[in-house]
Amino acid sequence: MTYIPHTPEQLAQMLKTVGVDSTDRLFDVIPQEHRFPDLDLPPALSEPELADVFRQLSEQNDDLDHATSFLGAGAYHHYIPSIVGHVVSRSELYTAYTPYQPEVSQGTLQAIFEYQSMICALTGMDACNASHYDGATALAESIITTIAAGRGRRRQVVMAPSVHPQYRQVCASYTSGMDVDIATAGNPRATPETLLSMVDNQTACLIVQSPDYFGRIHDLAPVASALHDMGALLVVVTHPISLGLLKPPGGQGADIVVGDGQPLGNPLAFGGPHLGFFGCTKSLVRRMSGRLVGETVDDGGNRGYVLTLSTREQHIRRGKASSNICTNQGLNALAAAVYLSVMGKQGLAQVARLCYHKAHHAATLINRVAGFSAEMDHPFFNEFTVECPCDATDLCARIYDQAGIVAGYPLKPDFPDLANQLLVCVTEVNSSEQIAALAGALAEATA
Amino acid sequence: MIEPIIYELGRPGRTGIDLPACDVPESPLPRELLRDDLDLPEVSQLDVMRHYVRLSQMNYGVDVGMYPLGSCTMKYNPKINEDIARLPGFGSTHPLQPEATVQGNLQLLFEMQQALAELSGFDAVSLQPAAGAHGELAGVLMIRAYHASRGDTQRQVMLIPDSAHGTNPASTTMAGFRPIELPSDPRGNVDLTELAKHLNDDLAGMMLTNPNTLGLFDEQITQISNMVHAAGGLMYGDGANFNAMMGIAKPADLGFDVMHFNLHKTFATPHGGGGPGSGPVGATVTLAPFLPGPIAQRIDEADDPADTHRHGYHLQMPSRSIGRLKAFHGNYGVIVRAYAYIRSLGAAGLRQASEMAVLNANYVQTKLQDVLPLPYDRTCAHECVLQGIVDGADSIHALDISKRLIDHGFHPPTNYFPLIVPEALMIEPTETESLETLDSYCSAVRRIAKEAIDSPELLHNAPSSAPVGRLDEVRAARQLRLRWLPASKSNADDR
Repeated sequence: MTYIPHTPEQLAQMLKTVGVDSTDRLFDVIPQEHRFPDLDLPPALSEPELADVFRQLSEQNDDLDHATSFLGAGAYHHYIPSIVGHVVSRSELYTAYTPYQPEVSQGTLQAIFEYQSMICALTGMDACNASHYDGATALAESIITTIAAGRGRRRQVVMAPSVHPQYRQVCASYTSGMDVDIATAGNPRATPETLLSMVDNQTACLIVQSPDYFGRIHDLAPVASALHDMGALLVVVTHPISLGLLKPPGGQGADIVVGDGQPLGNPLAFGGPHLGFFGCTKSLVRRMSGRLVGETVDDGGNRGYVLTLSTREQHIRRGKASSNICTNQGLNALAAAVYLSVMGKQGLAQVARLCYHKAHHAATLINRVAGFSAEMDHPFFNEFTVECPCDATDLCARIYDQAGIVAGYPLKPDFPDLANQLLVCVTEVNSSEQIAALAGALAEATA
Repeated sequence: MIEPIIYELGRPGRTGIDLPACDVPESPLPRELLRDDLDLPEVSQLDVMRHYVRLSQMNYGVDVGMYPLGSCTMKYNPKINEDIARLPGFGSTHPLQPEATVQGNLQLLFEMQQALAELSGFDAVSLQPAAGAHGELAGVLMIRAYHASRGDTQRQVMLIPDSAHGTNPASTTMAGFRPIELPSDPRGNVDLTELAKHLNDDLAGMMLTNPNTLGLFDEQITQISNMVHAAGGLMYGDGANFNAMMGIAKPADLGFDVMHFNLHKTFATPHGGGGPGSGPVGATVTLAPFLPGPIAQRIDEADDPADTHRHGYHLQMPSRSIGRLKAFHGNYGVIVRAYAYIRSLGAAGLRQASEMAVLNANYVQTKLQDVLPLPYDRTCAHECVLQGIVDGADSIHALDISKRLIDHGFHPPTNYFPLIVPEALMIEPTETESLETLDSYCSAVRRIAKEAIDSPELLHNAPSSAPVGRLDEVRAARQLRLRWLPASKSNADDR
């Protein structure tokens, strides 16, 4: 199916209008030896055949609608209210592009403005952009913002080792061509306070995550205040659902707050498309990257919305722009806005509390299994680490084969010294029975 | 038409959803870490649905009408591909599941890499980048890593034509290179005399969009590639305009070393009101080891006869990878849709799509070139660039014509880009528009050109039929309001 509407008669008419005898002639400019190469691709499929081929391929995967999973580590399985899918399927919204023509894009623009408003409320920040590709790239962009804020004189970043390993890798790749040094501590569980000793007058920012990769919640206020005294900025990576319950980083002195907005109404989708949210203080607004929607009025004085502060962006500033970002994750930001609207003040707090209580219940049950120890000394939200009596990767494979449960994410690939450690995530979709089954499976697999 | 902000629809105590009661014993909450307020809307589910339906009615998308936004390839987004991406096997899989449980996803990634490699002539493809600009950053970092691996660290200059997208110089700067702008010649090609001045040991490479943003295929592409290569530089291809190239020519054959694709443009995935996109990068054998990763690999009996446990699909980092550019595996849901598009069209269908995209653009160019100036009188590719200048209507600008098109029921073309064409109107009809639609679009432009002379106020006051009139962008930037606040707080926030 090509979706091309021209009939043979119309094609002939159009060729005549253009003044060529065949479409081939439109490509005379292409070097002849390279023109019209053979393409070795699978044969075209009709719509029913296509549906069948892809259904079969999708069934080669074990999906989490039919399995019990305690996987988190940066992507989270939450209930998505039905209305979210209905709104993002409105094709006036999803078949539009970047709202360069505001008069015919008020739907997209107002929805983004509302998204910005809700993310500001959630994170406690003054301003928030229209989204980044994901939490990891939002974090990498925050480094560029903090270096610009220090007018390029401070070029060192101190990164907590408890920031998501893939986020740290993305920051390293993004900054590989820049004159930026990213320092981190050797002990993976080093707390934000202990990192302050690495901060000096060359430091642009300290990056911490809370709840961190191991699930631990940190009190950020003392760190922020010490950092600001040294002229450096605080960047916080956070989990948006946790903010239904926990103090927002903005209220604790964070200068930039980033994170992945996937848990807000976006499906896991094997890792993407998700969205990165990026909030900052007033003083950093003009240095931040990404699109911003602002309120204004039309020629009749009516309220309306436009893209604003575009002079930071690549299509105006080119080589001197604050970032190269153009296409973002607009539809995912819309999903997040619909999710936050329908959950609202009460719903988000309720989801956060359910995650908290269920995770603590799971940790308590796992602690009762002989040989297992769940880390509960430090306050945590919905993830925690478990010290297993054996290699966690092997254990997970056994439990999946025996009980059909994905028990968590083994830390070994990113922390080779922690081969027996498992990162367990519990959300509101995990029932009391599933949690009991996990504890039972751990016991059985090590009996 | 004014739609209240979602917050303004709320009443304290209202909620749009209910959730199951807590079925486990509750644990003590850490009081000192809890927030004391959460300023989110309090609205009913019906409030939410009506609000967003009303917002959608204030929006224009491809499913509403022709959306010839140049350089963005706003073609039809097949609905079956939406259904496919939402299958639970694709939509409800976690990126960190054990590989054995997601063989279907890994097979799809692998086959998509193969398909893009076949279409472009490259040896390897990474699906990591999430958008075109992200792919550019990948490509420039790869060029940087390649030169560094040869000790050629003085190569820091990236040549970029003046017709290029702003993302090209921005990506270059982010990768730590220095962009130098190259002028175009009178036929819209790269000026070879200017190019020759920069062929030295500082040259890292050149970023070229081909066909370029003037809608023109560079007539000297082979010479350009040869000149850059002879000087030790590499050729980066901006694949934004690949919709003119499928089955027409393979960029690798034309001398490109690395290129990004825009799956949301060429491969018919929806643009989502600004994204998500997907910007895979392809590379020749020289640059393939530097690709961002991980990428999907297939190991079968021929690769490892002994260890049958390893047979199947796996994720692997390329040997000298620039690293990760994103958490997990790229914008997978977009990749699924794009691969479904490739499978439904097949080789002949993809070539036909490019042919018809080019024919449609040439048809529009032919039908309009007597009413609007055509700066480069050549056969165009998948888009044409005209000028929003009407003889005898000096007060009329490209923007006025664009805004008046809204009153005629169309989305405007891209305005004032490329920067080198004064009053540019960049029109990209795409192959999925019918002759009837193209004719009515051309008639509308012709009528507007006449209105520009007879009653210019119609253009100056346009749009008159949109939900809002022309918006004050200067005020938006000066009196910055980036979030909603209740009336009591908002005056204090103005600055």
